[in-house]
Amino acid sequence: MTLHLRWRKFVNLLMLGLTGVCVTVAVSALLIILGYLVIHGARSLNWNFFTKLPKPVGETGGGMANAIIGSAKLILLASCIGIPIGCIGGIYLAEFGGKTFSFLVRYTTDLLNGVPSIVIGIFAYTVVVLPMQHFSALAGGFALGIMMIPIAVRSTEEFLRAIPRSLREGSVALGASKWKTIVRVVVPAAIGGITTGIMLDIARVAGETAPLLFTAFSNRYWSPGWNQPTASLPVMIYTYAIAPYEDWHRQAWAAALVLLALVLLTNIVARLVLYSRRGSVSR
Amino acid sequence: MKKAISGIGLSVLLVLLAALSITAAPRHNPSPADTILLNAAGATFPYPIYSKWFDVYHQKYPNIQINYQSIGSGGGIRQVLAGTVDFGASDGPMTDEQIAQAKMKILHFPTVLGADVPTYNLPGLNVELNFTRNALVDIFLGKITKWNDPQIASANPGVNLPAKDIVVVHRSDGSGTTYIWVDFLSKSSQEWSSKVGKATSVNWPVGLGGKGNEGVSGLVQQTPYALGYLELIYAVQNHLPYGKVQNPAGQYIKADLASVTAAAAGAAKNMPDDFRISITNAPGATAYPISSFTWLLIPSKIADPAKRDAIKGFLKWMLTDGQGYNEGLSYAKLPQSVVAKEMKTIALIQ
Amino acid sequence: MASHPQIVDGRGRLRSPAAFLRRLSNGDAIAHFITLTFAATILLITSLLVYELWINSRLPRHAFGWRFLFTSVWDPVFGHFGALPFVYGTLVTSAVALIIAVPLGLGAAIFLAEMAPRGLSDILAFLIELLAAVPSVIYGLLGIFIVVPLVRDYVGPFLKSTLGFLPLFRGPCYGVGFLTAGIILAVMIIPFIISVSREVLLSVPPDQREASLSLGATRWEATWKAVVPFARTGILGSIFLALARALGETMAVTMVIGNDPKISASLLAPGYSIAAVIANEFTEASGDLYLQSLIELGLVLFLLTFILNGLARILIAATETKGMASE
Repeated sequence: MTLHLRWRKFVNLLMLGLTGVCVTVAVSALLIILGYLVIHGARSLNWNFFTKLPKPVGETGGGMANAIIGSAKLILLASCIGIPIGCIGGIYLAEFGGKTFSFLVRYTTDLLNGVPSIVIGIFAYTVVVLPMQHFSALAGGFALGIMMIPIAVRSTEEFLRAIPRSLREGSVALGASKWKTIVRVVVPAAIGGITTGIMLDIARVAGETAPLLFTAFSNRYWSPGWNQPTASLPVMIYTYAIAPYEDWHRQAWAAALVLLALVLLTNIVARLVLYSRRGSVSR
Repeated sequence: MKKAISGIGLSVLLVLLAALSITAAPRHNPSPADTILLNAAGATFPYPIYSKWFDVYHQKYPNIQINYQSIGSGGGIRQVLAGTVDFGASDGPMTDEQIAQAKMKILHFPTVLGADVPTYNLPGLNVELNFTRNALVDIFLGKITKWNDPQIASANPGVNLPAKDIVVVHRSDGSGTTYIWVDFLSKSSQEWSSKVGKATSVNWPVGLGGKGNEGVSGLVQQTPYALGYLELIYAVQNHLPYGKVQNPAGQYIKADLASVTAAAAGAAKNMPDDFRISITNAPGATAYPISSFTWLLIPSKIADPAKRDAIKGFLKWMLTDGQGYNEGLSYAKLPQSVVAKEMKTIALIQ
Repeated sequence: MASHPQIVDGRGRLRSPAAFLRRLSNGDAIAHFITLTFAATILLITSLLVYELWINSRLPRHAFGWRFLFTSVWDPVFGHFGALPFVYGTLVTSAVALIIAVPLGLGAAIFLAEMAPRGLSDILAFLIELLAAVPSVIYGLLGIFIVVPLVRDYVGPFLKSTLGFLPLFRGPCYGVGFLTAGIILAVMIIPFIISVSREVLLSVPPDQREASLSLGATRWEATWKAVVPFARTGILGSIFLALARALGETMAVTMVIGNDPKISASLLAPGYSIAAVIANEFTEASGDLYLQSLIELGLVLFLLTFILNGLARILIAATETKGMASE
């Protein structure tokens, strides 16, 4: 009897250890990624990287200034599409919503969320690039904007639903119309959660490469306006990584570090805010 | 409080983005009215010289920006046919079917002469190997699998070839460099011609795929016992060893300015009006058998007058001053008679 | 009572009841209409996406029909296109990823949900979720410079020397190939398995575990025999979600799979996936049949992920209702 008990206790300890190892593996993957990028990327970060344009092949001293601005521009364009459609759609689902139509919208949003990013790139190519006869920042922003919609819808709806009914009822009792309640009372109460959801959304599309390959294309120069091809950090990382030039590899590491730093920082701040809110909102 | 933090965070983010987008561009651009932006795409084969040319030309005329993306010759042909770029570039001339697809005539302008070389990575062995044409065909057909195969060994007496598998590397994208290589293989072997054929993208019997000349040289550099084909300058710039190839006259020739120029010498006499000509397996004792022209694909009708003049101006510069940069990057200059013929063809661009 | 009772609206202005009611209903109706339109736009965009995929793949659908899915030739020269090598590559790399990620992910989720104290669990879960935020191209970059040499110089030769009799590990090892792509995909999908499984395990009603413990089970036995089976369907759902994510991964796979449209039994051989071939060849597909064949591949990928995502949602929802129903 005691032997069997000892065996069970041993298995218990063993499994504790094994599952702990699993967690360690997962967490160390993150640490390895960070470590590698910091070591290789920090070496190549210099003033040139942030301020200079790419140089011809084989010449050193080039930078990715246009890619940084290009990414910023693409994110801005994407937000103009993704945030309005996502948030206002989310308001519909949370506040108005008929039964079947809401179900359809939620189902379609989930569907859109699962579409691989390269397929969204194809869609943007057929719908924007071909009619315009041009690769453009607009096409790239369109593709990224579509990717932003599902997460914006979901987080808007979730945070609006979390606002207790009593708040809405109180507002209506004081004579406000429904839409005024939404605009002046409910949304401001949920705005914290919604904006953090949007920050996570932006961080996600900032790193997307595949949909940009044949929409925004790339550019060795500054790209003015929105109807010209534009360089972007992820596409430059890809192009430089698969090339044989040492200088380009170094720049790819630096760009990866910059991109990862921005994405992770946004994620950490947003998630910390969300977790602390979750503690305070009663469930 | 938390709400304030995230609200501030988001607004700061958006304001930063807006500020970046708006303020950066005008500071570095001349006024929009003057700037002429040309988008081009295509061959990776001449990318080193094209990126040099476009940069030098931009220094000379700061209001003209030529954004060239090296996505492969297949891409150059595709995008110029779709009209999504202002002009394209390819090392494989467009086929008759492709020309028929175009809404208007696409003019071919040879720019430089280059060569495809067989490059390899043999750890510990720093030699220049000789390859017969049949050896190269059979390696790429998958019939020769080991480095110490008799067909390779007999051409390289005294070299201690390892008994390792050859890792064949080819292009994964549609490529003019591929076109030149398979054009050479097709001319050298009936079997290759009927089984695989020649195009910018083929159904390779064996091998790994790398994207662009850049991808292939990267793969060869990183993979021991690899053998791939590259444009000459990529092998030179990346210090990759490359072998000599036997030409129809029976000599083992190394690719360089002299041997490539020799290959083009005969071609100049027989140059057709549309400049689409293949000079692989050219006659001549000193001719390198895997040489080729590479072309810019210019639409014959360009609606925007500013763009049209910019392109014509660039072409004229390219044929005169531009040619001076060729040899520094191991590309051969165009023969004089070809240059003269092209100058006349520029007038055809409306 | 006067004929015009004073009613104060939101701005403190006095209005007649009729006008007030009219404005009230108008405002709401407009708001309803506007938000409905935006919600409908989502439906419109998604339908347009499916439509565009369908209409722009008409040439190969007519030329090849269902054979497209079962042909393994990809020949742009002679115009023969088949999806099989890419579907194979997509499925094989995802399978390798799951084989690596599921045990690790499940083990980690069990640790975080059952074994670890709540504070530690929250911190570790937070860190692991950050893994999911790392962009794909960065995984590809690290794949090229860390994983490929690792597989080529250590993992591959080791597998060949120990398990080389299996057709899975025959043939030369280049470093790039199905195995490398699978390893990188595994790291990318582990956070999904861990976070969803952890949530699902945490939502199992405590009485299951408590009943087991009160009967004398060790912590592990209570977990493995009482809690995990209860959460079985939800965990399966998380696996489907992760699989759907793996199928659509583009950049990381393109950079390390070797780009060879061949079907090989060996995991050490180079291959190709649907997303990778679209990324590599889309801008240069000369000829409409070629381009539309790539778009048809996109349609196939879309359908695969659609089905898997649907299954996943059903399974996860089933566990959560089960948890609520048994209270």
